[in-house]
Amino acid sequence: MTPVESKQPGQASAANESQRVFREHVELLMDRLYGTALRLTRNPDEAEDVVGEAVASAWQRLDQLNDLSHLDGWLFRILHNTFISLRRRRYCREDKEVSFDQEMEDDDTRFSLFEHLHQPFLLWVGRPEKEFINRLLEADLRKAVDHLPDPFRIVVVMVEIQGYTYEEVAAILDLPLGTVRSRLNRARSLLQKSLWQQGRDAGLIGTNTGFRVGDRR
Amino acid sequence: MNTPELSCEEVIERLFEFLDRELDDVSQEEIDRHLKRCYDCFSRAEFERRLRERIAATGSQKAPERLKKRIRELTE
Repeated sequence: MTPVESKQPGQASAANESQRVFREHVELLMDRLYGTALRLTRNPDEAEDVVGEAVASAWQRLDQLNDLSHLDGWLFRILHNTFISLRRRRYCREDKEVSFDQEMEDDDTRFSLFEHLHQPFLLWVGRPEKEFINRLLEADLRKAVDHLPDPFRIVVVMVEIQGYTYEEVAAILDLPLGTVRSRLNRARSLLQKSLWQQGRDAGLIGTNTGFRVGDRR
Repeated sequence: MNTPELSCEEVIERLFEFLDRELDDVSQEEIDRHLKRCYDCFSRAEFERRLRERIAATGSQKAPERLKKRIRELTE
């Protein structure tokens, strides 16, 4: 049943308008919805399921959205909630123990790409850190995000890709604000370390120092 | 009343919160002021901003036709 079928005539025309706007927005947002779901799940089939379920859920609850200008944010929030509940259901079914509260053991929580690349005393060689970012391929960045363990990847996707505030992330994930902050710090450190290692493997960085930014091997 | 200037260490410590716009207005302005006069911290902030833009771009990927069809059927 579409959301409009239970409405009175006056309400129905407003609901029809909401549905039209909804269809148009979903069409426009499709690549971002799918891309975000793919970063969250790391699995194309699972990403399709997340987007499908999220859009179905939003469609059924469209009458609960009072202001259509909030549609995009509302849809992404539903997408994240759908991912989290699907993930929990799946892991329960498969009897795997996955906790969203797990923390990693990693002493290096403050790895900074900039500190490894920046050469303030070698200004004549240009700006290695800028060169490095320009030479990274989108595949390098996707790989670095996808390699983050779940608890860290989720906060990076929500903050860096979706632009949620820390409080919003805490509310959606039902976590203390301090946990969101610490996971985000750890996630950024892991992400930058991974990019550094990929840069070395690709020959973008010299083996002993960071200032030589060369061509890809 | 003038607030004391922040040190580079203090700015770097809070740089991500600044870029995420998680600080109060006064702190945002203090860091903004520091970045205008400190080239090293400015370079670092620009680097993190640019890296973030590139990471944000990974959140968009061409959706499969099968998914688009599924969504169209759902909202018909």
